[in-house]
Amino acid sequence: MLKKNFLIGLTAISFFALGNSAHAALRILACEPEWGSLAQELGGKLVEVTVATSALQDPHQIQAKPSLIARVRNADLVVCTGAELEIGWLPVLLQQSGNAKVQTGQPGNFAAADYVHKLEVPTQLDRSQGDVHAAGNPHIQTDPRNIALVATALGARLQQIDSGNASQYAQNLASFSQRWQQAMTRWKTMAAPLRDVPVVSRHKAYVYLYDWLGLKEVAVLEPKPGVEPTASHLQEVVASLKSTHARMTLYSAYQDPKPSEWLSKNGGIPAVRLPFTVGGSDAAKDLFGLFDDTLAQLLAGAKTK
Amino acid sequence: MKFSIVYGLGIAIGLTLSPLTQAASDTPTSTGSAPVSDNAFNPAMSLILSGGYTHTSLDPVNYHIAGFDLPPDAEAGPGSRGFSLAESELGISANIDPWLRGTANISLAPDNSVSVEEAFIQTTSLGYGLSVKAGRFFSGIGYLNSQHSHTWDFVDNPLAYQAMLGTQYADDGIQLNLLAPTDQFIQLGIELGRGRSFPGTDSSRNGAGSTAFILHTGGDVGDSNSWRAGISALNAKATDQTFESVDTSDKKVTNTFTGSTHVWIADGIWKWAPNGNATRTNFKLQGEYLRSKRDGDFTYNTSSTDAYSVTQSGWYLQGIYQFMPRWRVGLRTERLDSGSPDYGNNQANVVISTDQAHKHTIMLDYSPSEFSRVRLQFAKDYARGDAADNQMFLQYQMSLGAHGAHSY
Repeated sequence: MLKKNFLIGLTAISFFALGNSAHAALRILACEPEWGSLAQELGGKLVEVTVATSALQDPHQIQAKPSLIARVRNADLVVCTGAELEIGWLPVLLQQSGNAKVQTGQPGNFAAADYVHKLEVPTQLDRSQGDVHAAGNPHIQTDPRNIALVATALGARLQQIDSGNASQYAQNLASFSQRWQQAMTRWKTMAAPLRDVPVVSRHKAYVYLYDWLGLKEVAVLEPKPGVEPTASHLQEVVASLKSTHARMTLYSAYQDPKPSEWLSKNGGIPAVRLPFTVGGSDAAKDLFGLFDDTLAQLLAGAKTK
Repeated sequence: MKFSIVYGLGIAIGLTLSPLTQAASDTPTSTGSAPVSDNAFNPAMSLILSGGYTHTSLDPVNYHIAGFDLPPDAEAGPGSRGFSLAESELGISANIDPWLRGTANISLAPDNSVSVEEAFIQTTSLGYGLSVKAGRFFSGIGYLNSQHSHTWDFVDNPLAYQAMLGTQYADDGIQLNLLAPTDQFIQLGIELGRGRSFPGTDSSRNGAGSTAFILHTGGDVGDSNSWRAGISALNAKATDQTFESVDTSDKKVTNTFTGSTHVWIADGIWKWAPNGNATRTNFKLQGEYLRSKRDGDFTYNTSSTDAYSVTQSGWYLQGIYQFMPRWRVGLRTERLDSGSPDYGNNQANVVISTDQAHKHTIMLDYSPSEFSRVRLQFAKDYARGDAADNQMFLQYQMSLGAHGAHSY
């Protein structure tokens, strides 16, 4: 028994020793690829970024798997969307990580949605309305103006956490913001033909994009948020589109293309696959590529008819 | 043992003081300016509603697992026939302060009795991969033991859990979890408890009636696969543990056991989803092997006491496949080995079963949303040994209130 205790003690001590060893780079775990990309832009060589999910995964439905628990355990900063997007898995990761730095309310816990004005904040909370998010629509990364707001806040957070390198983070943020503003001006000009174009969404994933570009959402393929499209609801959508015409149906890279393709065939409305986040298409290699490709797809889709 | 726990707590208390000093002013402020009522701090509440219909070819009243002695209050078997309400579970949780979180799961049984299934406090800010839990909680041994019944993939727990852990081992005590600072998930758990439930018993002893050691590791294989595997050991003490049994002439007798039980568990789970996106299709393969060794004194019909020892084992293997959104199908196969018990002088008195319990189960479930599920399950249960009990279950499980996050 004594021997057993000694062994456990030894294991515990070696864990502590490893945990205390100094690491050069600030370790960031991003819940979604867009924040991983942003953290990399703002941190440069000072940070080591890992991303918990990929563009081919549904960020609402991620498993709190062992590899993610281990990554949260070792992170100095966790950068997530917030607004309840990760409610089904992030709380378990935080609880099981035993990492005090990244708990909610600590500087090591960054929720991007805290820094933008959220749309579709429900006035009534009831699950009969589907998987609604009490804090509003969480898919904020589809509007580059939100990316700019989050960048400013994340830049400040990096300076706070890794104060020794504050000036470098400030420089990175200034450089990124300048390039981002230029890109936004370019995108705005490119996107002019998209204003008031009526579209159908697969999921309510693009309200911020519509708000930015002035696209008009005339129907949604999901009968309620988070509920897979049903045959009867798709028929209703086709019927409603006879009176209100739509130019294209938008779906995200991680989603099943079938319902959108069905509508394309039966309603004659082209289906357009958007990257949704960094890595969602070959061209969406970083945040700039994400919006370049999103606009290219939208413009191509709007031209088809 | 006592020394190391006190030492651990000393570290724990020392560490809790540091995060406060780190907390700075950068946390965003709420934009809402509505007056905050006392109710705004109400904890997260959830309620699980469950019930169904059960059809069995053999009367559940006579349910037993061949070769395994179970206390009369053990939860084994298919439950009652016909329509019935299953356990309704009320869950309440919230942060207590910047350092602790509290959780309670109150079980409302269909016979109108209320029990505290879990009630524990848990540290949130020790850091160093360390967390401490105290109170009543499901032990972290194995894979299924800590899972609440509404997250099970079948209506019932495997026979090995029913026979060797009283379906699920929950205890009053303290748990220490340590997560290694490596990219590979390595978690070490140590538990000290009262030993209040089978295979232990409640008693008036000082000190710990149960100890458990748990080691789990896991990771990913590419984007599409993830896994976890581990080994656990539980040691529980029993004092005058009572079993209802029959003698060689089928007369009812009451036997007791005083001694210790070691249960070793090897568990493994493998999950697959194309590109890690489990929304459309996914597959889960899960298996556990349990080995139980009981040593102590056995009293036959409250009169004749002698030394007793037995080593028993059992395993299950199950696969769950979501073949399209909302629909899953599952298969489970399992078998027990009741071993060769040594009852000493009592060997001639007791009936020793040579039958080996086994069971095959198939289930189909449909989840209209992530908050609701209905399930149809068929099982051919040879737990009694010789005759098959053909079981059919139709079950619903619903979750109301706070959006619970599920562990792996």
